Amino acid sequence: MRTSRAGATTVDGGAWPSWGRLAWTSMRGQNRTFWRNPVPVFFTLGLPLIMLVLFGSLFTWDIDVGFGPVPAAQFYTPGLAAFTAANAALLNVGITLAFQRQFGFLKRIRGTPLPPSAFLGGAVVSSAWIALLGTLIMFVVGVLFFDVGIAAAKIPAAVVSFLVGTLSFAGLGLALAAFAPSGNTAPALANGVILPMAFVSDVFVPAENPPDWLRILGDVLPLKHFSRAFSAAFHPAVAAPGWRGADLAIMVAWGVGGALLAWRFFDWMPRVATGRRAKQEA
Amino acid sequence: MSDSSPTTPAVAVRGLIKSYGPVQAVRGISFEVASGEVFALLGPNGAGKSTTVEILEGHRSADSGDVSVLGFDPAVAGREFRDRVGIVLQEATIDTSDVTVAEALDSFGAAYRHPRDRDEVIEMVGLTGKQNVRLKTLSGGQQRRVDMALGLIGDPDLIFLDEPTTGFDPEARRAAWEMVKDLRSLGRTIILTTHYMEEAEYLADRVAVLMGGRIVACAAPSQLLGSEKSTVRFRLPDGACSADLPALVAAAVEVSEGVAALSTERPTALLAELAGWAVARGIELAELTVNPPGLEDAYLQLIGTGGELDDAD
Repeated sequence: MRTSRAGATTVDGGAWPSWGRLAWTSMRGQNRTFWRNPVPVFFTLGLPLIMLVLFGSLFTWDIDVGFGPVPAAQFYTPGLAAFTAANAALLNVGITLAFQRQFGFLKRIRGTPLPPSAFLGGAVVSSAWIALLGTLIMFVVGVLFFDVGIAAAKIPAAVVSFLVGTLSFAGLGLALAAFAPSGNTAPALANGVILPMAFVSDVFVPAENPPDWLRILGDVLPLKHFSRAFSAAFHPAVAAPGWRGADLAIMVAWGVGGALLAWRFFDWMPRVATGRRAKQEA
Repeated sequence: MSDSSPTTPAVAVRGLIKSYGPVQAVRGISFEVASGEVFALLGPNGAGKSTTVEILEGHRSADSGDVSVLGFDPAVAGREFRDRVGIVLQEATIDTSDVTVAEALDSFGAAYRHPRDRDEVIEMVGLTGKQNVRLKTLSGGQQRRVDMALGLIGDPDLIFLDEPTTGFDPEARRAAWEMVKDLRSLGRTIILTTHYMEEAEYLADRVAVLMGGRIVACAAPSQLLGSEKSTVRFRLPDGACSADLPALVAAAVEVSEGVAALSTERPTALLAELAGWAVARGIELAELTVNPPGLEDAYLQLIGTGGELDDAD
């Protein structure tokens, strides 16, 4: 029992709002922040689309891998779509949370009864939703303008690859947010990671005979596996159902690793303020 | 698990110590705050106010010492604790926010078991009509009211106000003070930090003065005043020296750069003698003022003392 403001006595307790509802509320909050800010919208949805349109206008020839001539777009559209999803998940989790910590929003959240898992879960789901939109936009454009074909029997493999890859990059985004010194440095870190990774991961154009160290680097990092698993579902030489178990397993390992690092090192207090306070008091 | 009956203090702190690396921010402080009390932590920047409050809020853990807030140890307390405290932060969190006032309050309110009505809170903080305005387009003073609203939306028993009026113009400060008085009259316990002594004097039942991570005084504002002496000042008339003044005045006067100043517990008697002396000689005393006992003097004296005690700061 506790005595409330009006002097009335109320029973302490009462039902908590459900975790799912809280995560949903958090996701909607993160979505709002995304859509009302042109910078992330451009870098996560606009830029990959521009690349697809450029590729589609430059690489217009057909390729025959033994199943008759297929437009080149059939090979690079899924790779670019996987890159779009990875990029959207990494940036929208990592950069957004790093900024929200810098501005004290995470501290504010931590001072409320909102469970941290519901808040971070909402951020992950929000970024996955944005990744899904980005991927769908790529395929709509690819199918309508560049003759990309979709095999119905391999759609389940495409969906699972998308989910595993996106969530794994969201997990890496949590780790990025945990280690980024500030919101301002987070975009540089995120792009410094994802753009070079894209070049060693056969996302844009498959490299012809890359040096061993680049090939191995690409094999170790998760993006090539995302691109491969996802592209397999659209590759004419891959038979249905098109599952790529090993690629999925490596992505899961990266995603879980990122989430564990975040679990250990994520913190809610603004770091800039701490530094200033330490200086003031010194 | 928790107990907020009137006999238990809302907050009890004993021997609290906190360092950031080599910097000792809080050096062993103890105090209690009664349920329903308004308690102010007063001190200059870097005195340890914010660190202390952040430990009470559960944002930081103490290096050592015992802390109890509403019966919880905030360092390990979960959502039961956070459901009952409201935190009004000084950080400029919402300067860049693209959400509206109503959206912010709805999403924060959703986390509590018994949130206050959103529009009621908006009215309490004086933002009626601003429901659908984005936070970043509000004025600085309006944004601080949103800060206040976010701290109140969960209908807390204990409210932390971290420098609630820093950067306010006098009118906005007065409005914020009235809001705090209203909260107090509703029986809420309030802990506020401030570096304005008049704010502590006006709002707080008790004030702890922090300096260099230590409490150098803790009492009701009226008791902090120390000496109850008023100060009388006036410019010495041309050609007069202190020996020419009436006996009661001459006994206590100090003259500096032509201005006579004296402290007295009997300002009325002293002024009667001084005025009689001046009128009898046809002199108009220039710059004559009487200042009541002030918390400001007491505060400056206290933090002066603390500063001397403290070598590392």
